[in-house]
Amino acid sequence: MVILLASCKHDASQQEQQDVEVSKEIIALPTLEVYDYEGLKPLLKTRSDSTYIVNFWATWCAPCIKELPYFEAINKNYKDRNVSVTLVSLDFPKKYESHLKPYIRDNEIKSRVVVLNDSDSNTWIPAIDPDWSGAIPATLIYNKSKRAFYEQPFTYEELETELQKFLN
Amino acid sequence: MKKIKGIIAIAAVVLLSSFATVNTGYKIGDIASDFSLKNVDGNMVSLSNYSNAKGFIVIFTSNTCPYSVAYEDRILALDKTYASKGYPVIAIMPNNPTLQTGDTMEAMQRRAQQKGFTFPYVMDEGQKTASQYGATKTPQVYVLQKTTNGNQVKYIGAIDENYQDASAVQHKYVENAVESLLAGQPIKETQTRAIGCSIKY
Repeated sequence: MVILLASCKHDASQQEQQDVEVSKEIIALPTLEVYDYEGLKPLLKTRSDSTYIVNFWATWCAPCIKELPYFEAINKNYKDRNVSVTLVSLDFPKKYESHLKPYIRDNEIKSRVVVLNDSDSNTWIPAIDPDWSGAIPATLIYNKSKRAFYEQPFTYEELETELQKFLN
Repeated sequence: MKKIKGIIAIAAVVLLSSFATVNTGYKIGDIASDFSLKNVDGNMVSLSNYSNAKGFIVIFTSNTCPYSVAYEDRILALDKTYASKGYPVIAIMPNNPTLQTGDTMEAMQRRAQQKGFTFPYVMDEGQKTASQYGATKTPQVYVLQKTTNGNQVKYIGAIDENYQDASAVQHKYVENAVESLLAGQPIKETQTRAIGCSIKY
């Protein structure tokens, strides 16, 4: 132990780097909520007074990853306005361990993440919105009286503008 | 700062208006325009080059989209089965390669060679063809039938319903559509939907 400490002194920066890597490994990978469309359905409607933002994304989708921090920020900044963000991942099952879970952990995603694994997309895509071609990113905003679907990427400002229409 | 915001706003408007044009693409029954697009072998490809074809399986696809990659073998199989029956595959890469750097002509050439593509893999430079067709994502298929009026759109949508597992597929949408056309029968499902990667305009 003494020897170890001594060697630390000699090469503190390297040791620090190792510590960071070690601590990353220690934080366990998150567990996933995986649903088929039937399981996801309850997350797409509400009777409560909350407003929900549901974003369809995947770790391989570059524009999704780009806009994800804006959804995280909205989730944080509008929490006290009864707004809740759900991130619905469409990652392939074989990527759950290698890509999705590490992404959620390393980016400290605070919004609720669920995974949709349902190959019958020809049924559930039009059920979620008749105009959705199936391209992602795509976002659904709804409360008990209003609903809107967006097949487009968002900036923070654009997302906030759309959200405001549900809050006023 | 205000100027920058202005530029961003203009960019957003341009971006949104490009989405609007995308959504006004072809519907079933429309006549699809021909194109002249550069293939991975350097030659230009047009539908009019195929004098013996009865129609086409036009597939918007890319190197970088995992859904496209998952379907590559099935796209090869479609061409193998239907090119000789008069419905060759034409694969079009619709992404803007400056936005999607994995989809340059060089990358397309490598991919075509690695996978042994038996069909043209052309770049939609300027992305006019994709927006004309109304393609929003990769992969997205348009089955066309040659008529006296031109190439008529007969099917728009997915290759099948299961991107994950080719052996578990129950609905071979494109295959069924082409078989129906070959048999002179109406296509049961003319439009289907699947998740895909948005085209980078």
